[in-house]
Amino acid sequence: MITKRIIPCLDVRDGRVVKGTNFAGLRDVSSPVELARYYSDNGADELVFYDITASAEGRRLFTDILVEAASTVFIPLTVGGGINTLDDFDRVLKCGADKVSVNSGAIRNPALVGEAAKRYGDQCVVLSADVKRVDGEFRVFAKGGRVDTGMEAIEWIRRCVGEGAGEVVVNSIDTDGVKGGFDLPMLEAVTKAVSVPVIASGGAGCMEDFVTLFQTLPGVDAGLAASIFHFGEVRIDALKRLLREKGIPARLG
Amino acid sequence: MIAIVDYGVGNLFSLRSSLAHIGAEAMVTGDPAVIAAADRVILPGVGAFGDAAQKLRKSGLAKVVCDEAERGKPLLGICLGMQLLFERSFEYGEHEGLGLLKGSVVPMAGRLPPELKIPQIGWNALHICRPSPLLRHVQEGDHVYFVHSFFAEGCEDSRIATTDYGEELTAAVGLGNVFGCQFHPEKSGRVGLGILRAFAEGEATP
Repeated sequence: MITKRIIPCLDVRDGRVVKGTNFAGLRDVSSPVELARYYSDNGADELVFYDITASAEGRRLFTDILVEAASTVFIPLTVGGGINTLDDFDRVLKCGADKVSVNSGAIRNPALVGEAAKRYGDQCVVLSADVKRVDGEFRVFAKGGRVDTGMEAIEWIRRCVGEGAGEVVVNSIDTDGVKGGFDLPMLEAVTKAVSVPVIASGGAGCMEDFVTLFQTLPGVDAGLAASIFHFGEVRIDALKRLLREKGIPARLG
Repeated sequence: MIAIVDYGVGNLFSLRSSLAHIGAEAMVTGDPAVIAAADRVILPGVGAFGDAAQKLRKSGLAKVVCDEAERGKPLLGICLGMQLLFERSFEYGEHEGLGLLKGSVVPMAGRLPPELKIPQIGWNALHICRPSPLLRHVQEGDHVYFVHSFFAEGCEDSRIATTDYGEELTAAVGLGNVFGCQFHPEKSGRVGLGILRAFAEGEATP
């Protein structure tokens, strides 16, 4: 049986891993390559590298790190952050990324998802959506969750999947950093709307939050988190063992 | 030396670096002479079957891959590269494969229970159906990473492992010197590296 995936996300700026709470107040954690190796050894099913660098210099540092990580860690790597054009896809795929996640780039240029899917295949294109409740509806936010696009989120996700996005990361801004559990109502709405894999992000505070996620919503394929893994609050090998005890299919590393 | 056949399909970074990691000498090449001179051949591939089969034929690489396999040189097809080893595929029409193994490639759509997502993306367990040198470092139930919407059937004579996704789907094949993995060994952590190591260390006759 296919297993539920556990995915640590590494936000990288100027070659270092950082993680903010509600997207603000970044703080240095560790070396991306070391962390990637550590997670892979402890049973992570996949890794996300999110480049939050703004400068060209930082971009180069990021691709250097990506090459190093992809040369020593042999599990799927997804890269996101600053993906605005097909050239950006090309740049990170050449450095060892397996999948590329688009967020603001797709909002600015909705044709990007379709063009990338056509060139690299649907399996390569991950739509990442930052979603927040506004006036009783789910809205898509851009620029790291700072700007309300005014677009209804479920329709946006459905449209991008129609264009060829092969997986969807749903990051709830409402629960991100709160550590009170994943945003189940938001995730349920997305799993009902699309048939591609859905990756839950935002809100995990403890191992039981992952159990609740997979038990409540069988349509969710993976859980993504950052700081709880980076600070050792949740160990991935222990989490996998707990999932299996609860009857949730999980791979032990 | 292992020749990784480059016919303009897919991203070969991980395959190259995983072989380097296990200490196997490998070269990405589209040169038939290099493929003919190699000890072993890997046929990678992602994307559409019809397009890939056409590129392999047009470049003349289909012929050298088949000739070398028929001479007994170890060949490993990965993902679409495994599917290409069969006689035909019904991926959007009907396309001829290399015909090195008996069987055909068919879509999951319409065949699997509706609650299962297509493609299958993620880690699933291997069930070993018969011993093979390719799986000598693999334990029953080890997980590997899959990304596919089509699968091979009618290949009972070469099937060495299956995976449970609604039904038992072909996960790996091996007959004589011709091997294939539907999953990505280069993305399957320790288990995948063990499979590549088994291929790299296996007997290389001609």
